[in-house]
Amino acid sequence: MDVILIFISASIVNNIVLSYFLGICPFVGVSNKTESALNMGLATTFVMTLTAAITWPVWTYVLVKFNIPFLQYVAFIIVIAALVQFVEMFIRKSSPHLYRALGIYLPLITTNCAVLGLALFMVLRDYNYIESIFFGFGTGVGFTIAILMMSGIREELEYADVPPVFQGISITLIIAGMMALAFMGFAGLIR
Amino acid sequence: MAEYNLWHEFKKGLWQEIPPFRIALGMCPALAVTNSATNGIAMGLATFFVLLCANISVSAIRKIVPSQVRIATYVVIIALYVTVADMFLAAMFPPISKALGPYVPLIVVNCIILGRAEGFAQKHPIVPSIMDALGIGIGFTLSLALMGSIRELLGFGSILDIKLLGNWFEPWIIMILPAGAFFVFGFLVAIVNYLSSKKPAETHGH
Repeated sequence: MDVILIFISASIVNNIVLSYFLGICPFVGVSNKTESALNMGLATTFVMTLTAAITWPVWTYVLVKFNIPFLQYVAFIIVIAALVQFVEMFIRKSSPHLYRALGIYLPLITTNCAVLGLALFMVLRDYNYIESIFFGFGTGVGFTIAILMMSGIREELEYADVPPVFQGISITLIIAGMMALAFMGFAGLIR
Repeated sequence: MAEYNLWHEFKKGLWQEIPPFRIALGMCPALAVTNSATNGIAMGLATFFVLLCANISVSAIRKIVPSQVRIATYVVIIALYVTVADMFLAAMFPPISKALGPYVPLIVVNCIILGRAEGFAQKHPIVPSIMDALGIGIGFTLSLALMGSIRELLGFGSILDIKLLGNWFEPWIIMILPAGAFFVFGFLVAIVNYLSSKKPAETHGH
């Protein structure tokens, strides 16, 4: 039951993009087409789930056990960078089709602050292993939902008459603000 | 050795390339921790420190690092300085460190720092790199302070915990919630666009 709550909380109620402001760069940068937004979302979800699955043992069995928690940031960022590299190589070998679809987005995920943020929140909230994996997966789903909705709105926006000074980042952020308002409506779902 | 216009390297961070408005980097901390002016300034200064140290280090070792592993090297250097900044804040200013929470460690993946290391420090000697870091760092701190002040003023009626508006003022709670951050940032970008569109276009060279 708890894991389902963690999943819903991470994906909808406390959406990583709209309430923690993590992953704003790809959220703004890759959200102008629905197809690329979906691919980016799927690739990020995949990496986030793996990140949670790997950083948890690293934190518990290496950093805490040997009493070196101050190496946390260095260790996590190296794990994430290595993981993204590994996933890229694996996908290129095993599924060239998927690689062509995700190709350019994969390296970008290393600098997606939502991935590091997820690992940090996981440690901060003391999740156990199963909870961490659900948290990672839920966060990825939440990121996908947010970026997919934004891309849908922006495709419609192409036909709208936006004042010149508001074009680009400005209007995207204002729309994101409205989406954040709408997502606040879910706040009652989980205490 | 080419002549460097040090004043230009410094000055460009203050308006021409002021982050996060003109170069859209480092948006996550700009949105997340600007719910009060104090938090904004603290975050700006922490980023400033890391940026300065990272620029100096990257510039100093720029001829030794093989280009294939440079990004990984820079990230590790940045992560080290972030750890220093985080421990310093936790020891000297516990309330601020608590308020900023995981956003201090997230400076590691702040694209401004990696962007300046990759885009400037690895190609230039130490002194221009320091000037570049000073300009961009001060610009970023000012931007965060501005956003923090606007949100605190509208959300609480105060700036830096000093009450400025009287009891007649009904606080806009929305401004300190996530949605308010997006609105303030969106409008500030629009204002910067408007102001710079009135200036002669020659400043926009890249």
